[in-house]
Amino acid sequence: MILRLVLGLAAGAGLVLLPFVASSVWQNLLITTFYFAYLGQAWNVLGGYAGQLSLGHAAFFSIGAYTSVVLHTHLGLSPWFGMLAGAVLAALVSQGIGFLGFRFGLRGFYFVLLTLAVAEILRLVALHLPILGGYTGLFINFTPNPWQFQFKGKIPYYFVALSFLGLASGVVWLIERSKFGVYLVAIREDEDAAEALGVDTFRYKMLAYAVSAALTALGGTFYAYYQFYLQPNTVLSMHHSVDIMIRPIVGGSGTILGPILGSFLLELMGEFSRTYFAAGAAGLYVVIYGLLLIVVVLFLPRGVYPTLLGWFRRALGRHA
Amino acid sequence: MSLLTVENVSKAFGGLAAVQGVSFALGEGELLALIGPNGAGKTTLFHIISGFIKPDTGELRYAGGSLAGLRPHDICRRGMVRTFQVTRPFHRLTVMENVLVGALERVAHRRQAAKVAEEILAFTGLAEKADQLGHSLTLPDRKRLELARALATGPRVLLLDEVMAGLNPAETGRLIELIRTIHRRGITILLIEHIMRAVMALSQRILVLNYGELIAEGSPEAIVRNSKVIEAYLGEGYSGLDA
Amino acid sequence: MSLYVQAIINGLLIGGVYSLMAVGLSLIFGVMRVINFAHGDMMVWGMYLSLWLFITLGVDPYLSVFFTGAAVFILGAAIQRGLVNRILTAPHEMQILLMMGVGLVLENLSLMTWGPDPRRVNVSYALTTFWMGPIVVDLPRIVTFALALVLALCLYLFLSRTDLGRMIRAASDNQTGALLVGTDIRKVFTLAFGVGAACVGAAGSLMTPLLPFTPSSGLLFTVTSFNIVIIGGMGNLLGAFVGGLLVGVSESLGAVVLVPSLKEIVGFVLLVLILLFRPQGLMGGRR
Repeated sequence: MILRLVLGLAAGAGLVLLPFVASSVWQNLLITTFYFAYLGQAWNVLGGYAGQLSLGHAAFFSIGAYTSVVLHTHLGLSPWFGMLAGAVLAALVSQGIGFLGFRFGLRGFYFVLLTLAVAEILRLVALHLPILGGYTGLFINFTPNPWQFQFKGKIPYYFVALSFLGLASGVVWLIERSKFGVYLVAIREDEDAAEALGVDTFRYKMLAYAVSAALTALGGTFYAYYQFYLQPNTVLSMHHSVDIMIRPIVGGSGTILGPILGSFLLELMGEFSRTYFAAGAAGLYVVIYGLLLIVVVLFLPRGVYPTLLGWFRRALGRHA
Repeated sequence: MSLLTVENVSKAFGGLAAVQGVSFALGEGELLALIGPNGAGKTTLFHIISGFIKPDTGELRYAGGSLAGLRPHDICRRGMVRTFQVTRPFHRLTVMENVLVGALERVAHRRQAAKVAEEILAFTGLAEKADQLGHSLTLPDRKRLELARALATGPRVLLLDEVMAGLNPAETGRLIELIRTIHRRGITILLIEHIMRAVMALSQRILVLNYGELIAEGSPEAIVRNSKVIEAYLGEGYSGLDA
Repeated sequence: MSLYVQAIINGLLIGGVYSLMAVGLSLIFGVMRVINFAHGDMMVWGMYLSLWLFITLGVDPYLSVFFTGAAVFILGAAIQRGLVNRILTAPHEMQILLMMGVGLVLENLSLMTWGPDPRRVNVSYALTTFWMGPIVVDLPRIVTFALALVLALCLYLFLSRTDLGRMIRAASDNQTGALLVGTDIRKVFTLAFGVGAACVGAAGSLMTPLLPFTPSSGLLFTVTSFNIVIIGGMGNLLGAFVGGLLVGVSESLGAVVLVPSLKEIVGFVLLVLILLFRPQGLMGGRR
């Protein structure tokens, strides 16, 4: 017990001090890792716990990003508030999709396609809306003003990203311990059996969807004010949706540490391949991501983290 | 006033009539068995009663209210719970967590629900297996788990679908005892069964289904001698013989 | 008025390739119940192969079609033997994820080899056109359509007249029954996947003179294939064929009625409607 506390404090101190000693490249790496871990955690609520595979989360991400940017640019609303508006809007959209999907009994593959189709429709529409920048995309003016969610230097972004990750992980932790969490995994394991035991599967799936969408949208705002450029073919693409979900899946969907571990793993591998295989690196790191995904699906279906945990436990013998 | 009334319920799939004009009543505290050859429509009837399928015609009333349009979870909330013929444990959850899902229906808080789950596990003889994962259970344990999960919801009526199938005589005997104990606690039971030993040992009344129609209803002794029932199971040549 | 007729004609012509693409996917799903999320990426490999043959050896894509089909057949068979075979009975979600991984690998290998810029095969007769009354049709489109039809016909003959084809159909209809009459089911699966891949690889070649493509075109082709297959009815080959023409025409009409860059939206809206109201597809029965 004391050991855990000490380790926890050490890790915490490490995390706080790290950005001050890290190079700019590493700072960026860590920010990206936390950011993707955050998005993965958000996806995890619906995909990992409720077991509903969504390939359209780029839609919620973008709703968050565009909403806060538009409200900021046209109404002067601080993105700190704008991102809440984006989250609410994303949650509402998720209820729309969820209603169509769940009420009409779309499961598994059909639900995946529905989420994909909606994201694609949004992408095509966004490309034609001048207020969202159309084909050229939307450039956001950089005015380093913390109240406007813009910071000078990487260090503040590091802590914002870390806080977001903490928030999402906290939400997942609370869900895991609650009746909501038990019901979600029951739905994931066997929806009909859960129904028979009194679980209102429609209601809980909708709730999971709303939470997942809202959290994802917040991440979109972060991205907007970190990269300062939004283009539908980037943020609303299927590739982006895949990017969001690949980390929790590789790391271990349905666990709190899964998305975090997955994000670190993928980011490290990506950086490794970029550094040592500069020639042809343009796609190499994604090839590695693809191979990782294949390996995980075939050999470590629960994800890297649960598998490692299992090995660890067995290595310790009957200690579990 | 019966607890459950099924009135003239029919259901056809494409051209196949799975259930045809079935009517019966289940009184509170009864233990009723539903038997019939394979494909007679028994499980379909269960699907209809528990809200998974909508009947084409007919009315279902339970505890004074209609079951029309209710989803399975609504029906479970009202106290009527079913098990599945092919067991459906939550594979990646432990036995304890499986039963917890059921218990959370009765008690909203996780810690209290866990206590309820523990009691149920002890009652159904699964306490030692509490930490085992759903997919790793043996068949008899899966059957017990199905039962335990359903019990955890605190039901008034239990719909048991072939709980004995695939068990050896010793396990069957134990399960018969368990069901008897559950029944003695005041829970109404409607069970689909093929294992005649269990049917005869437990049921107060038997319904016989064949090709979707109710062909006989009565006490176990009467049913065993009923010529239509014999015909249904053994074919026409046997119904004339003395039982 | 003639604008719409023109659009319909154009849509039909490109629909032929869509049909071939979708038929390949439908075959794979019909036989193995596998959701091939790498379908479009295999097509893109076919496209780059054709491009390479055109650039290095000057081979016209309409001739390299057969070579490309064969090459992608081998690719598909290899993927099936090595990877898909292991997840035949896994839940659909796992299949999607596995094939998505394969798609990512294929797409990015293309990216590493060819770079992200759009490519196109510029055949010398690209601008040759015919006039049929007020309608203009360009030669590549016609040849593409014709060859797509020919290949689809070949596939039909293969499935209905040859022993191998009959085995595939048997396995698709009733796996257990097929096993009982001695079919080596794994060989059939490998064959079916290979044939499905060959279809889409050939479709890729046929597409190269018509549209520019990049490594990331794969995902869109995959989703379009699914669109078509679902609209036409999962596992129903004729449905996939008709669906391809349908989607081609509706995209083309969409380009005229709306803005050309919005044309794909028609397909997606159609998909959503079919998913909600008739998930078995327009021609699909109970599967």
